[in-house]
Amino acid sequence: MNEELAKNFAPGHSACAGCAFPAIIRAVLGESQDPVVVANATGCMEVTSTLYPYTAWKTPYIHNAFENASATMSGVERAYKIFQKKGKIDKKIKFVVFGGDGGTYDIGLQSLSGALERGHNFLYVLYDNEAYMNTGNQRSSATPYGANTETTPVGKKSFGKDQKRKDLMAIVAAHHVKYAAQANVAYLADLKRKAKKALETEGPTFLNVFSPCTNNWKFPTSQYVRLARTATETNYWPLFEIEDGNYKINMTIENPKPIEEFLKGQGRFKHLFSEKNKHVIEEMQKITNENWERLVRLSK
Amino acid sequence: MEKGAIIKHDLKKAPKTGDWGYVYPRVNKTRCSGCATCVPFCPEAAISMKKDLEAANKKGEISSFDYDFCKGCGVCADVCPMKAITMQKK
Repeated sequence: MNEELAKNFAPGHSACAGCAFPAIIRAVLGESQDPVVVANATGCMEVTSTLYPYTAWKTPYIHNAFENASATMSGVERAYKIFQKKGKIDKKIKFVVFGGDGGTYDIGLQSLSGALERGHNFLYVLYDNEAYMNTGNQRSSATPYGANTETTPVGKKSFGKDQKRKDLMAIVAAHHVKYAAQANVAYLADLKRKAKKALETEGPTFLNVFSPCTNNWKFPTSQYVRLARTATETNYWPLFEIEDGNYKINMTIENPKPIEEFLKGQGRFKHLFSEKNKHVIEEMQKITNENWERLVRLSK
Repeated sequence: MEKGAIIKHDLKKAPKTGDWGYVYPRVNKTRCSGCATCVPFCPEAAISMKKDLEAANKKGEISSFDYDFCKGCGVCADVCPMKAITMQKK
């Protein structure tokens, strides 16, 4: 075991072989110089890391329910402020919430919105694996157009999910947060820089981190880094940050690859490579291009 | 359950996930450049850079694996820029 790397999150958890979120946790928490308190929304991360009687967390950790991770952290953070005021505690403490896309895009959105608006001093880290993976791949509002999930199954009439994904970064930015960023687990240096900046910023901050799921995207366990990198190289998952409402693109890809490069290694998009579903790939390419152009426009 | 229903981290209670996989990583000591690219990507934090007399790079360090926890996913072999790590059957 690598002691330095495992100082906040130890091995022995039961996440799938080749899962991406342990690397995200370690990269983000490793950037904090102060002690950290972690809250966690329900999801793979919560279920696999706290299997009684063992916990992989070496930091103080609280799980409450699916929908209220941010609200729980708001309470913890406010209690800390009161203790500080009364002189009962004098050390600096950082507060970090981890949530999956189900617990953030869908179920925890209102509590996240409330906590961002109230201006609590915490960092929300979303690991986005684009569906409810803990319960076996049901669609969430982060699931991309055309993906095969349990609740949008592919059949004679259906080609998978028929709706576009939600633009959560714009929703977060609409709360006038000082710092929000989109990152990718394959670019750890970029993720660490963003985590450091977010932890140093006073007030609520937000990170949206791309986290491929080997089990339900259906790709070999060794491929998460390669796949995550392709997502950015095709402009499917651009890296950018929003500082005081100003968009800034962190990485511009010259000659982005076609979206097929990202789709082809994954079982959830397997059905798209047929004559009948050609239009879906074209539509996905169009959505990707539109999102990128919008981002370029916003960052000017 | 412990007092206050708080579970303390105790590695001794950790399930040994090393028995999950059917393959495990082996490093080629002469090819490993000691770059540590594999280290942060390992989901189990099972890779450390250790001094090795047979290492053929300037740092004298090669990747070393903790087989108690390695699940055999093969991410380290995939990200290795020198193709120094191979997955072998147990």
